[in-house]
Amino acid sequence: MGIMKEKQENWKSRSGKNTLKLGIWTGSWVLTTALVAFGPDFIWNENRTLTLMALILNLVIGLLMILANKNYVNSLDELQRKIQLEAMGMALGVAVVFGIGYSMLDTTNIITHDAEISHLIILIALTYFAGCVIGSLRYR
Amino acid sequence: MKNKIKVLRAQHELTQAQLAQKLEVSRQTINAIEKGKFDPSLPLAFKLSKLFAKPIEEIFQNEES
Repeated sequence: MGIMKEKQENWKSRSGKNTLKLGIWTGSWVLTTALVAFGPDFIWNENRTLTLMALILNLVIGLLMILANKNYVNSLDELQRKIQLEAMGMALGVAVVFGIGYSMLDTTNIITHDAEISHLIILIALTYFAGCVIGSLRYR
Repeated sequence: MKNKIKVLRAQHELTQAQLAQKLEVSRQTINAIEKGKFDPSLPLAFKLSKLFAKPIEEIFQNEES
């Protein structure tokens, strides 16, 4: 009985730790992305070496964020994984369909401005978030 | 798929949260299974079977049969 309780606590605490780790790595990645985007202009005056170093740091932290996301998904239970899978599937589909459509609007000059990757990232994030909310409500 | 988890849980005087803890899943998962919104995997069904000391076919019934 004691072992079972310990095991249950382990699952819950393991899942909580993985969620926290994902939050920390995601926050770090966002910060290093901001560093790469604004550092050259506002901090180190266009120094190429420092920009490259910041970019490498951003990629390394991004890789760790991906691994943290994988561990997070693996620590979820089967229903939570299903909700995540459906949300990620929707986000991936939207990214491909609307990303290519948006790019073609740009290449055919139907839109006057350049197709920005940030617009696509925002769309993916919103779709993923909506997918998670819809999934959670569906299985409530 | 229909199931008798709610009845068995009541017989064992367990809350959804307590059953979820014993099975190492979230309370939401137990609720979704009880309401028939989500069918558990075979390993989870075996865990339920072991916990309630009942064969799987006694806990779960296919609605088509």
